[in-house]
Amino acid sequence: MIARQAVPLAIAIGAGLLMAVSYFLRPLGWMSESASEIFNVVSAIAFVLGAGSLLKANLSTISRRDRGWGYAAVTLGAFLVTLVVGMGKMGVNPSPSSPQAAWSGDQQTAETPFGWIYEFVLSPLSATMFALLAFFVASAAFRAFRAKNAGAAVLLVTAFVVLLGRTYAGVVLTDWMPGWASGLRLENLSNYLMGVFGSAGNRAILIGIALGVAATSLRILLGLDRSWLSREGGG
Amino acid sequence: MSVLGRLERLDRRWIFLAMFLVVSGPILYMGLTGKLFPEKVTATTQSVFDAVEAVPPGERVLFAFDFDPASAGELQPMATQLLRHCAARKLRVVCIALWPLGNNLAEDTITEVIHADFPQMRDGVDYVNLGFQAGQEQLMTLLTTNFRKGFPVDQRGRDTADLEILEGVRSVTDFPLLIDVGAGFPGSKEWVQYVVTGSGGKLRMVAGTTGVSTPQLIPYYPHQLAGILAGMKGAAEYESLVNAKIGGTPPPRYLEAQRRMGPQLFGHLLLVALIVLGNVIHFTRKARAAA
Repeated sequence: MIARQAVPLAIAIGAGLLMAVSYFLRPLGWMSESASEIFNVVSAIAFVLGAGSLLKANLSTISRRDRGWGYAAVTLGAFLVTLVVGMGKMGVNPSPSSPQAAWSGDQQTAETPFGWIYEFVLSPLSATMFALLAFFVASAAFRAFRAKNAGAAVLLVTAFVVLLGRTYAGVVLTDWMPGWASGLRLENLSNYLMGVFGSAGNRAILIGIALGVAATSLRILLGLDRSWLSREGGG
Repeated sequence: MSVLGRLERLDRRWIFLAMFLVVSGPILYMGLTGKLFPEKVTATTQSVFDAVEAVPPGERVLFAFDFDPASAGELQPMATQLLRHCAARKLRVVCIALWPLGNNLAEDTITEVIHADFPQMRDGVDYVNLGFQAGQEQLMTLLTTNFRKGFPVDQRGRDTADLEILEGVRSVTDFPLLIDVGAGFPGSKEWVQYVVTGSGGKLRMVAGTTGVSTPQLIPYYPHQLAGILAGMKGAAEYESLVNAKIGGTPPPRYLEAQRRMGPQLFGHLLLVALIVLGNVIHFTRKARAAA
């Protein structure tokens, strides 16, 4: 039990302090470099863990015949096909610079099965999913965006200014305004809202987040917060 | 049933159809006629253009492709123009990706711009794609102390120590300019926090980002971020600037952002109309209930 808590805690505290201290003490830079390299390797291993987790979750959904198990089967099929095609470097020719080395050519081109999957399956599907947002946003805007109180009314007006100011509509509607009132042109008003009100709000949020992160990090580095270790480890 | 009642119970498929028509109409019209809306360049976009112009020819720039095909509709036109601008300025471009699929987009952009219009640029000398590397913010931190440890080999498997374009590069701050086209995490915000802020002003950075991510980056402009391309409008403005600088009649692939402003305009107008209509129904219903 001690090892299960003490070892990860020591690694976290040691690595965290090292990264923090080496930022100020340059001679320790090589140690933080090594820590960064280790982290990058661990990050790469996380992809393997992610794949394992995806397999486990979808296989259990299929075996239990849970609701939507067909989607899990499609996910699993797509995953396995892409994995086999990519890892097996199927259809990859030798590169012109190393003609004697099999599979040394470029795998990213649409001429290879792996590149084809990216170009003609993944890419259009991703774009389609993202594009569907426009339809659902339009429907939600019609049904839910109501000026029910003063705050909602301000939000509504701001949305109009930004929506119109970010297109040529802003220019068409307010370009007639004289020079002294140019700040009220929709495109300028939109920039003003984003640059002043948006920026002020975002800076306040950022500063708040930074203070919160600093406080939480300090608690972890000092070993006071152990909630990340296990459910029982909360300190 | 009254008109109000019918509108209140409007099947959302009619709204979907309306959105489809207002988006597809301008796409077809602008595609067939080649007509575009003129762009008024905003300060954030002009700053990006000026930052690229300020880098002397022959210098290296680091270009991070931190997005994937989902947001390519909005970000690819700006990535294309940024790379084209760098190539036209005879800058040497080092491409990297912190998103797994960013690597493919970097390859596509290189093919579309460099292989097509700048065939004199040599791979490994004038440009290189170092590919994707895992590690997110930790990788960024590593690049500030040892760039080659972060990217030991390039996309073609060549040792980065042997690449002429990376001669003398020890840290990311050896690049005078960092260009990041990013759609989220890790992206422009993390580059600012982990790399640019710690460089003591040595490294300038410009960012191209989606419309929804822009408000998160504006607090960093103009100090940590020298310029921002804000969504499709920023891309269209920048495209018009680069096309004007390079001159001639640009091929359709260099007009993508300006062409997409048409559907965006009518899509936004429909949204405004729907919001107004929704509120009219709401307040009419409320007034009738009170009466």
